[in-house]
Amino acid sequence: MTPSWPVVSVAAISLLQVLGVLVGGPLLFGLMYKVRCRLEGRVGPPIRQPLLDLRKLARRERTRPEHASWIFPLAPLVLVATTLVIAVIAPLLAAGPAFGWSADLFAVVYLLLLGSVALALGALDTGTAFGGMGASRAMTIGALSEPALLVAILALSVPAHSSNVPVIIIRSLSHPLWLATPERLLALVAFLIVIVAESGRLPVDNPSTHLELTMIHEAMVLEYAGPDLALVRLGGSMRLVVLLALFADLFVPWGIATAPGAGHLAVGLVATVAKVAALGVALAAFEVAMAKLRLFRVPELLAGAFVLAVLAVVSALVMP
Amino acid sequence: MRLSILARRWRAHPTAVPAPEPGSPAVEAAAGRNRGSLQLRHVDAGSCNGCELEIASIFSPVYDAERFGIRLEASPRHADGLLVTGPVTRNMAGPLRKTFEAVPNPRAVVAVGDCARNCGVFRGAYGVEGSVADVVPVDLEIPGCPPDPAAIITALRGLAGT
Repeated sequence: MTPSWPVVSVAAISLLQVLGVLVGGPLLFGLMYKVRCRLEGRVGPPIRQPLLDLRKLARRERTRPEHASWIFPLAPLVLVATTLVIAVIAPLLAAGPAFGWSADLFAVVYLLLLGSVALALGALDTGTAFGGMGASRAMTIGALSEPALLVAILALSVPAHSSNVPVIIIRSLSHPLWLATPERLLALVAFLIVIVAESGRLPVDNPSTHLELTMIHEAMVLEYAGPDLALVRLGGSMRLVVLLALFADLFVPWGIATAPGAGHLAVGLVATVAKVAALGVALAAFEVAMAKLRLFRVPELLAGAFVLAVLAVVSALVMP
Repeated sequence: MRLSILARRWRAHPTAVPAPEPGSPAVEAAAGRNRGSLQLRHVDAGSCNGCELEIASIFSPVYDAERFGIRLEASPRHADGLLVTGPVTRNMAGPLRKTFEAVPNPRAVVAVGDCARNCGVFRGAYGVEGSVADVVPVDLEIPGCPPDPAAIITALRGLAGT
């Protein structure tokens, strides 16, 4: 282990990560929608459109369903807060022991899950048919994608002897060949499928649908208005940034800062932004070419991800 | 071959849409609020679907209303206002009022097409309650039977402030 990092640099990294996730989330959604529009032959809204939407929503009236309790307004706050905690502790720009032992992959996964559960409870709290339907669907998908993610993480943590993200990153930087082993490649595919499912993108969920009966995430947030809706949208985009940045760190770690200092940090920032943007563009292009899966086919896709993750673990255990 | 098609599509050639004239105080206030972001909930209050075809086409690659920050939403809670088409029939007067009340304040109502403005050819028909303005307060009217997609976008740009 390298000696611990100066406090100033750790604080700067955390601050940069929080700001980057807060602003980068909406901008990533804007970029992905721009790519989608262009591939469909449209100019589309400007990349900063999600930020304009958030600014306007923040000033609008906050409505609350007649029978909703305190859970309803709390859910968007929990969603954003858990994602912010991840943005503080996860090594998105720099990997070092300075992040302590809090940057554990299991902690990150369960913080993300806490946000999803809060949103599902908020949707149930509205008492509307679509809220309950969306919540039940989201929890079904969550219950299937979460084991796949956990087993994929297990596959990554077996060779590194740790589920701590910086340790895994540092190990893969020092053993570049490890990135091409079967367990990494299998875990990579499982991870990708789970990211698509967890962030509610095609082919699992269609974020731009207007048909309530096909909705999953959108059905849960139908009742939110004004600042609450702004928080839900912001939280959703921040989650995608965090997931993509973690994916980039775990599977393409080059460029991430491994030593304190402004120079290393600048390289890490540029590398992470570039990797997340590239992943977002690839995801958007993939979405244009995909149709949404029928809801009853989604478990098959997630079961496939789970099988791949299990194979990754087996491969990690038998071929050390 | 496929790549050249993709490249042509990527460049995108939407029709030029004229910028809006200065509108009424209500429209100017909405433009100041929205500043480049306008989401509307569409309500068909009894339309013949002519206006719906034109509204669908404003989001096509030809007219591309989304480049001005204009979007349709699935929930009135997410919307800044309503886009109402058709004369208000007796069965749709209640749902229209309820949808209007479900939109958070401040809210705007756009009446699209001659039927929404003054019941058009359906004026006096037994199933018609009245024009949109008879049921909910209207801030902006778009004439035409059906209105030209470019005219719809120009009017909505006034509301969006783009």
